[in-house]
Amino acid sequence: MNTRALPLYVTIGIFLLAYLVFWLQFPNILSTRVVGNLLTDNAYLGIVAVGMTLVILSGGIDLSVGSVIAFSGVFIAVLLRDTGLHPLAVFALLLMLTTAFGAGMGFLIDRLAMPAFIVTLAGMFLARGAAYILSIDSVPIQHPFYQALQGAYWLMPGKGRLTLIGVLMVLTFVLGMIVAHKTRFGASVYALGGGEAAARLMGVRQGRTTVLVYAFSGAMAGLSGIVFSVYTGSGYSLATVGTELTAIAAVVIGGTLLTGGAGYMFGTFVGVLTMGLIQTYIVFDGSLSSWWTKIVIGILLLAFILLQKGLLKLSQMRLAQEATRGT
Amino acid sequence: MLLTIRSLSKTFPGTLALDEVDFDLRAGEVHALLGENGAGKSTLIKCLTGAYRRDGGTVLLDGTEIDPRSTAHAQELGIGTVYQEVNLLANLTVAQNLMFGREPRRFGLIDGRAMRRQARAMLAQYGLDLDVDRDLGTYSVAIQQIIAIARAVALSGKVLILDEPTASLDAAEVRMVFDVVRSLRERGLGIVFVSHFLDQVFELTDRVTVLRNGRKIVTADTASLDRVRLIEHMLGRELEDATAHEAIARGPRPPMLDFSGLGRRGTIEPFDLAVGQGEVVGLAGLLGSGRTESAELLFGLRNAHSGTATDQQGPLDLRSPRSAIAAGFGFVPEERKTDGIVADLSIRENIILGLQARRGWARPIPRAEQNRLADDYIKRLDIRTSGREKRIGELSGGNQQKVVLARWLAMNPRFLILDEPTRGIDVGAHAEIVRLIHQLVDQGMSLLVISSEIDELIAVSDRVIVLRDRRHVAELTGDEIAPGRIMQAIAATEAA
Repeated sequence: MNTRALPLYVTIGIFLLAYLVFWLQFPNILSTRVVGNLLTDNAYLGIVAVGMTLVILSGGIDLSVGSVIAFSGVFIAVLLRDTGLHPLAVFALLLMLTTAFGAGMGFLIDRLAMPAFIVTLAGMFLARGAAYILSIDSVPIQHPFYQALQGAYWLMPGKGRLTLIGVLMVLTFVLGMIVAHKTRFGASVYALGGGEAAARLMGVRQGRTTVLVYAFSGAMAGLSGIVFSVYTGSGYSLATVGTELTAIAAVVIGGTLLTGGAGYMFGTFVGVLTMGLIQTYIVFDGSLSSWWTKIVIGILLLAFILLQKGLLKLSQMRLAQEATRGT
Repeated sequence: MLLTIRSLSKTFPGTLALDEVDFDLRAGEVHALLGENGAGKSTLIKCLTGAYRRDGGTVLLDGTEIDPRSTAHAQELGIGTVYQEVNLLANLTVAQNLMFGREPRRFGLIDGRAMRRQARAMLAQYGLDLDVDRDLGTYSVAIQQIIAIARAVALSGKVLILDEPTASLDAAEVRMVFDVVRSLRERGLGIVFVSHFLDQVFELTDRVTVLRNGRKIVTADTASLDRVRLIEHMLGRELEDATAHEAIARGPRPPMLDFSGLGRRGTIEPFDLAVGQGEVVGLAGLLGSGRTESAELLFGLRNAHSGTATDQQGPLDLRSPRSAIAAGFGFVPEERKTDGIVADLSIRENIILGLQARRGWARPIPRAEQNRLADDYIKRLDIRTSGREKRIGELSGGNQQKVVLARWLAMNPRFLILDEPTRGIDVGAHAEIVRLIHQLVDQGMSLLVISSEIDELIAVSDRVIVLRDRRHVAELTGDEIAPGRIMQAIAATEAA
């Protein structure tokens, strides 16, 4: 078997096992209501994690996304409050802005040969600061179009609600899978994550790929900001602090190698759902403090890092064995 | 003629890397390119693959002049290259690696099935039937190397440059790669083969070109050459002020260190080595013969899998450089820029580095003492500088090397290993370093000197140990230490 897919299978296995255990305790957890909420509650996280997956696959990191989501919410809320623009026009404006913001960071990372960590850290403060400038208070959004968006859902059998933003997250993952696994751009991203020197030798245009990766992540952060504003019905500059780290956690739990070059978009989807499931369980239980979510996620992260190290060792050992058999 | 190079020149600041080099390649031949470090092999190759732009001369491919701007451009022109490592991506599948950048697409998206089919067809030409969906990294280095060749040939298809393709392969794997190379020769490709394994050169190649110090020395049919002549061409006999071999007069030395059965699998075969007090042992051999690896074992940079080290007091711990230093060892590495100096620190800071590390960071050496030490060594070793606070990176190679030496001398080791101490140093500094070695020995220090320059070894060594194919194969003493004897020992085949 190919060891590359093993972390993905482990992720899926853990998710199914957790679901089974929770189901034995609370049979209701399998209802379409819970499933629908799982998608809705984690929509913004899933969307931003799609961008983060691509960034991490390329060997980079994007710490700015949490701030960008908050900025997006405030931007939308303030514009809808102060101008007569239609929300769709505001969305388009916002997506252009966040995409350009990401592209700019990618450009700096490539041109200045700076670590992505530092550049996107600067971007994180910048975006958060910009949100404060727009408004330090929580700004409610009361546009009729927003009420339509919030009310848009499909009633599944069992009275579960499949909301628009939940569907949007799933569609975003489909888009992410196509980009990562089915395009030459995606292949270049994996190549960069596997090794810059070899990637250049194979003809990857490093600068262009880096700019596009961070632009994609910026676009996803903007989209996530839109979804978050629909979800909360407001824009608040203090929102989604640390979401970039939660997204990174989801990517790693989803089986993507933090150093880049290996992983699957679908894994991140399962990673997001796993984290959401733990949260749901704690809500169901009622007696547990919500901090248990963090503890379980911490343990899961550690387990995955160990698993990936172990797999690396294993494949090296197998290679050594094959080499001795060859002689 | 498939490829013709005339009067190719390339200069870097301060050095003439290629000096009017001629080279030609026929279709359907394997042409070896040989030379020691700094001979200009890799510069020549980089000029062909577009990594460097040449400064002068002409390159004709199929009769038309070419000027490759980049690796990709060279590939388009028909020149493909496979390096020793870092050719492909271990984290992608075999099929992705083979088809990268040329993936078949349907409706704008990669058509995985067609890609796998084409990849399998490519490999079939080389007699390989692999699971192309597996990660490249799960296959052996030999298979990866063949896949890299397959990709290079598919992309370029006229000239194939193999840069040390067999350096990390074992005998059976080398045979696999050679079969592939021979079949490509029959298909009419021109193949440039760079290697420092002479056995392989004689086994595989049709012609040989030797470079030395940026100049072409000779091009000849492989069959018309013998090993000794070839090695003479490669090593040359350049050092003019050949110091007479006076070491014989020093007579036998009291024993000091004894290494027995030291070895590391895949790196260096077990060897015995005894070093007397005030003795200079020279290590001779070609690039890749295991000289540096021997030194690294002695200094704890790599751990031995077998063997023991003892001195008169008992066994020594050589598991890390730190413990080797504690045992009184010192090591001046070959790669001065990366392993020897800390370029951004001053001369003073570089000199006291080792001494301070041994004292522990909690007890800093007083500044006055640091200054005294630095000034003392700048004077004793005649380090040419405007002052002790100058950044060491701004010094010439020879002066940098003297600072590295000063660092060790300040620690007063009893056994100092010098790996290519005169590499990249001008002739004047060269003679000074040789003189310094003599001084140190007179003071009772023992030395292990590794050098590609045979005359230098002869000038300083009491004994010369010859290495070949990662093995210590001969030990020469007294009158045996002569250029002819050393070259013969390097050249001798297994049977001899």
